[in-house]
Amino acid sequence: MERTNDSWLKDLTQRSEPALVELREALLRGLRRGLSGRPRADESFLEDCTQDSLLRVLDKLGQFDGRSRFVTWATAIAIRVALGQLRRSQWKDVTLADLVPATVNQGGNQLAGAPAPDVRMQRRDLLVALNASIQNDLSDRQRTALLAELRGMPQDEIARQLSCSRNALYKLTHDARKKLKARLEAAGFTGDDLIATSVA
Amino acid sequence: MSLSETEIAQLLKLLRRTEDRELNCEQCLALVAEFAESHLAGKSIPAGLQAIEQHLAVCGECLEEYEALRLTLDGLRGGRDA
Repeated sequence: MERTNDSWLKDLTQRSEPALVELREALLRGLRRGLSGRPRADESFLEDCTQDSLLRVLDKLGQFDGRSRFVTWATAIAIRVALGQLRRSQWKDVTLADLVPATVNQGGNQLAGAPAPDVRMQRRDLLVALNASIQNDLSDRQRTALLAELRGMPQDEIARQLSCSRNALYKLTHDARKKLKARLEAAGFTGDDLIATSVA
Repeated sequence: MSLSETEIAQLLKLLRRTEDRELNCEQCLALVAEFAESHLAGKSIPAGLQAIEQHLAVCGECLEEYEALRLTLDGLRGGRDA
């Protein structure tokens, strides 16, 4: 019979051994399914992640609000732990300075394909405005964080190298995106223009 | 060094989906289990969870984690126990 959320909480709060074993098995099954097909996610890696995840779940027990099944909530945490470790292992030797030089180009991005002249001109204008805004409106930290994300560096790694939390990093890049968007809108570009340009 | 075409396209798509108020990754993690279960059950997404969709549109890491969670839940529903 499946445990209720209340039962999980009660037993895990008391560090009941059967509940710990049951949760550990559930997390390992969840990770096997969720990360299936990933080359570096072998059984040894998954077992290590399960152990780390179990500790993380126990640490966060007080945050579970019962709006989902407990095991689903715990599995979401385990997946974050495991994918975070996989991402970090790929990027551990890359520095922000390597990834994001101090300057990015000032316009001059080549146009892809051969769109109609009016589309090409609008795209050029938008890219010029975007590059200018990246250079002039963003702080060095915002520019570095945003470009590092675009280049695929994991948020945890960017946050570590910038000496801030992941939440602080999110605020940094969110504020950067808002600034860029506001600048483009003030220059007369609409959301549709952004989409049209992004696929042009 | 320049932004590549792919990076420009990605950035413009991000800006298109940027909202003044967004969940951060920690807030997303707190709600994503309920969001995934609602999706799996074919329920309409409650108003309080719609911000999750927006966050997943601008956060590639949370989207990757959500897709892995869906894979796990789909497996559970299909009875394909490991």
